[in-house]
This record gives sequence, C-alpha cells and structure tokens, in this order.
Amino acid sequence: MTTATASHDDHGHHGPAKGIMRWVLTTNHKDIGTMYLWFSFAMLLTGGVMALIVRAELFQPGMQLIRPEFYNQMTTMHGLIMVFGAIMPAFVGLANWMVPLMIGAPDMALPRMNNWSFWILPFAFGMLLFTLFTEAGAPNFGWTFYAPLSTTYAPSSVTYFIFGVHMMGISSIMGAINIIVTILNLRAPGMTLMKMPLFVWTWFITAYLLVAVMPVLAGVVTMMLMDIHYGTAFFDAAGGGDPVLFQHVFWFFGHPEVYIMILPAFGIVSQIIPTFARKPLFGYASMVYATSSIAFLSFIVWAHHMFTVGLPLQTELFFMYATMLIAIPTGVKVFNWVSTMFRGSMTFETPMLFALAFVVLFTIGGFSGLMLSIAPADFQYHDTYFVVAHFHYVLVPGALFGIIAGVYYWLPKWTGHYYNENLGKFHFWMSFIGVNITFFPMHFIGLAGMPRRIPDYALQFADFNAIATVGAFIFGFSQLIFLFLLIKTIRGGEKATDQVWEGAEGLEWTIPSPAPYHTFAEPPHVK
Amino acid sequence: MNSNSSKPDDLSGSKPKNTALKLVIAAVAMFGFGFALVPLYDVFCELTGINGKTAGPVERVEQWVDTSRTITVQFITTNNAGMPWEFEALQEEIEMHPGAWTQVNFWALNPTANDMVGQAVPSVSPSEAAEYVQKTECFCFDQQTLKAGEGRKMPLIFSLDPELPAHVKKVTMSYTLFDAGAFAK
Repeated sequence: MTTATASHDDHGHHGPAKGIMRWVLTTNHKDIGTMYLWFSFAMLLTGGVMALIVRAELFQPGMQLIRPEFYNQMTTMHGLIMVFGAIMPAFVGLANWMVPLMIGAPDMALPRMNNWSFWILPFAFGMLLFTLFTEAGAPNFGWTFYAPLSTTYAPSSVTYFIFGVHMMGISSIMGAINIIVTILNLRAPGMTLMKMPLFVWTWFITAYLLVAVMPVLAGVVTMMLMDIHYGTAFFDAAGGGDPVLFQHVFWFFGHPEVYIMILPAFGIVSQIIPTFARKPLFGYASMVYATSSIAFLSFIVWAHHMFTVGLPLQTELFFMYATMLIAIPTGVKVFNWVSTMFRGSMTFETPMLFALAFVVLFTIGGFSGLMLSIAPADFQYHDTYFVVAHFHYVLVPGALFGIIAGVYYWLPKWTGHYYNENLGKFHFWMSFIGVNITFFPMHFIGLAGMPRRIPDYALQFADFNAIATVGAFIFGFSQLIFLFLLIKTIRGGEKATDQVWEGAEGLEWTIPSPAPYHTFAEPPHVK
Repeated sequence: MNSNSSKPDDLSGSKPKNTALKLVIAAVAMFGFGFALVPLYDVFCELTGINGKTAGPVERVEQWVDTSRTITVQFITTNNAGMPWEFEALQEEIEMHPGAWTQVNFWALNPTANDMVGQAVPSVSPSEAAEYVQKTECFCFDQQTLKAGEGRKMPLIFSLDPELPAHVKKVTMSYTLFDAGAFAK
C-alpha cells in the first residue's frame, strides 16, 4: 500500500483515475471489489443461461432441443461456472469491499496482488468458455470431472479446462492470502479478534480453507494432465493407478470447497439479522467456534461423496458419523439466528427477506444433507435428483441468497443511494417462489429414482420436471429485475444516510455514503 | 498485533510480508501434500487393514491346515472396455481348506494381429478377506505380453491364511484385464 500510494500520490487522495485504465491498473480495494462483483454477476447470468438450456431440454421426456453430447457440456459448464465463476468471486468481491471497512483498514494488505488475482479470472474463464466453440466441444465430464471420464475418455479440450482450473486456483489462493494478511495485520487499534464482525470471521476461516485445499485441486488436475500427456498412471489401473484415488483426492478438496461456498454467507446473514431485528447477535462467541468446528470437520468427511464406490464398512461408518457431527455446529448457528430474532423489533427490508429465506431454505438443504449422510440410505439417493435438490438448496437459496442479501444490505453504502424497496421485494418474492418451484420437486423425482446428468427420463417423472422447468425460468428471469435495480441504484435514488439502516452497527456504517475512494487513512479507535 | 496496525504506514512493515510468505509456503506445501496423498492413502489403508487389496508375492511356508472348514473360492474374470483378449479362469470355483496351497490356472489369448501387453488387476470380495489371501505366484504380479494369436495358460498359486474369520464361507477373487500397451515395461 505504501508503494502503491507513493507512486499514485498525485491523485491518491483525490479519487480514482479516469478512463478504462482506472480499472486495469487499480489497486483500490473498492474498485477491485466492484469488478469481482460485476464479473461474478456476468458469470451468474452465463451459468444461468446454461442451466436454462438444461431445464428447457428436461421440460419434456425425449430429446427435443439439443444433442446429448451438448447436454453434458451444459451441465458440466454450468457447475464449473457457478462454483468457480459466480459464487466464489462474489464472496471475494464482498470481502474486498467490506473487510477493510469492517476492521478499519485503509485497504487490503497486498493491493497489487489483489489486482492480479482479479485480472487472472477473466482469462481463466475466457479459456474455459472458448472450448465451447472448438470442434471437440467443452468439457463434458461433469463439474466433478471424475477420472477416467476426464482422462482416458475426455475431449481434447480437457487441457484448456486444466489450465483454466490452475488459473482460477491461483487467483483464489492469492485472494485468500490477501484476506488473511489483511485481517491479521491491518485491524484498527482495539479491534481484537473476538470483536471482529462475523462476516470478517467467517471469511478469515474460509481463507484458510482456500489456502489448504485449492492447491490440492491444482494437484489433482496436474495429475490428470500428466496422465493425459506424459504417460503416468495416477488414475489408470492398467498402469498400476486407481480411478478411485481420483475421487479421494478430488473430494479432499471438494468437501472443504462446499464450506468455502457457504461460510461467508453465514457471515453475511449474521450481519443482517441483528441489524433488522435491532438486537445484538445472539451467541457471538459460539458462532465463531461453530464456524471453526465446521471448517475442521470439513476435512474429515470427504468420503461421504463416495459411499457407493465400494468402501469397507468401517470407513463408511466413520464418514457417516463424522458427517452427521457437522449438523451440531450448523444447528448452533441456526439456533443463534433464530434467537437473535426472538423478541426483536423486526422489519422486513429486502436484505432481511433474503436472509430469512436463507435461514429457512438453507436448513431444508441441511436436512436433506443429513439424509444423504446416512450411508445405507445414500445407496438409494446417490446420483439421483435428490442430490441435485440437496446441493441446489444449499447453494442457491443458501450461498446465492446470502450474496444477494449482502449486496442489498451494503448497496446504499457503495452507491450512496437507497435502492427501490418495492422493486427489491418484487425481486425477492419472484426469486423465492421461483427457486422453490424449481428445486422442491427434484426431491420427489430423486427419491422416485430419476438419475442426474441424463438428458432423457422415464415418463413418470414428466410432470415434476415440467414444473421444475417453469420454476427455473421464473427464477432465471427474476435476476434481470436485480440487474435493472442495480443499474438504477447506481445511477440515482434516494440519498442514503451514513448509517443506512436504523439498527446497523459497525465501522462500515461510520463512514459517509457513498464510501469515499479512500477510507480509514487514519485508523479509527475501537472501544 | 494491535501495535503493528496503529498507522497505515505499517503496511510496508515486515509483519504483513511474513504472514504472506508463510501462507505462500503453506499453499506450496499443500500442493505437495496433494501428491503425497497418492502413497499416503495406500499406507493408511495398509496400516488399518481396510485396503481390500491382496499383497504381492509371499514366501511359501508350510502352515497349519484347518481341515475343520471348507471355503468356496470363486474366480471371476473381466475384460476392461476395449480389451480384446480372451481371458478366463479354467476352474470357476474350488473348495479348499484354509492353509492349504492350491494352484488354479487362467487362460489368455490374444486374438488380434498385433502383439499386445496386458495387465490383470486383482480384487477380493468380501474385502475383509483380502488380507488373508496369500499368493506365491500370480499372473497379476507382472504384465503379460502375448504375440498376435498367442495363447497362454497362466498360473495362480495361493492359500488362505488359517486365521481367516470364521464367518467367511465364500471368497470371490476377481481379475480385470487391462490393455497395458501404453505402460509396457
């Protein structure tokens, strides 16, 4: 930061540079946060279009619109883009904007690396998306890219996929390092660890998860690269390897990854609910410990994704019980959110509506997860639409609603304008109704035995699939309301106060709205 | 901690750089750990006996034969997708006492016009029986090279450890044959 301000001293304290180079060269945490958020919104719409192509094909049994090969590419790309392109960068964007403001830091600790970690992303996803236009087509082996589908039987575009994953992994690791260094070193005087807002805490823990597991993902795609191009046999039994090894290494990354996608949302909801219940968060310390416990447990439950590969009985039991343990800290969190609201003076502005929907619908996703953790039952649920329903309930009304709630909550601080509350509520209700119409029927068709990742299905699943497709289009097009609202709020609207929300507390509400380009050049004192 | 962040100028201090450096080292170490998982899974499974894999060649020792019980041992052969060889066990099923040494023969034929290399990968069911299977000789220990049109009788000499749990009455030994041309030694 010193080096950065020194070289930009002529304009550093007056505002951003002009023109496009402001965005290319910026080291300002607010600019970079904004770019992350717009990038992830673009990816949300891209991955959303792919989901709608999938749902349109599934509207009726039989093949109507696309070929099965393309269907596989759509499910694969939808998953990869939503996980790595939409959810994760959105959280990094929120962290960039809000972590320095919440801990009273002037900027992120490593601003130049911050610029780099953002600008890698468009290239990583450009490379991934460009495979759609190659002769071999895009990756088609599912977002979990199990070997040998992704090695022996992969399209030639798999190499672009591998390098894309490497690049987005490097971006995530750099972003995570930056967040940890910022939190450990740049907190305002008096801001002890146990005074940090929960959004900062959850991101702090998430960042450690990222540093621990993104390199393992890089390792597993490197092994794939070596198997494909350099004649090794990590995953090929003919040469002494083992395809199940792929699943073990992948899920060693993959399970912490699902917590990477939900812990920051826990943090956002823990900021919003106290504000609109006008009560301090119930059980702050237990929230911190619960988050840490979830992070620790995430490392010892990975094989619950693999109950049907032929694990020995003891292993199945271990992973079953370890997985069920996660329900305890998660239950603590849900209990604390509900207790925060208990006898509070609640109002229901859009961020609060999204946060409440998060609590209810994420809990439904948590319960279906608990059902899946039962190893003997999982043999029936495995690879069915029940699993699809489960993880979409934790990721869409879970992670995504958390992000949207955060955007509504902090938008007046970012833009200086209140958004149109009626439009926000309209967006909420359309999303809420759409998401449930889409994903709730999937529980039923999954339990009835409809397998995932197959473009055609038996006749008895037709009605629920038709309903889910209608819901998906309602949900998808509702996000255009969000886009319209965002642009409208940036361009104008009722002037926001510094505190923005009546019950809001924390350092980010002490600075003017919109947040000046440079904040906390003099660190605040936290009592 | 707090003393370090009293002024924004402290951003250039050594503490943030140290933290960043430690985290970079941690990330690099985890990349290595990803690769270390490859042997670690094997070691862990061997230590805990949950591997389900049979051990390599063992020394033949004359051991106590438990004539009080008879185990049914079945042999299953499978060709991996695209492997054109004929591959079968010459006995589908045998009865044996734990501790007794037995030879079973398998047959492989390369019907193609090309010389080929095959590798059989063993698997035992139930997996808890795997650690009691003792093999002194198995075609699965090595790659098998067959010239175009060549056939070969391939022996398996093994016994079951008399310590085999009493509830195991039937053991299935399965061999999957892979085209190992890409990995020929």
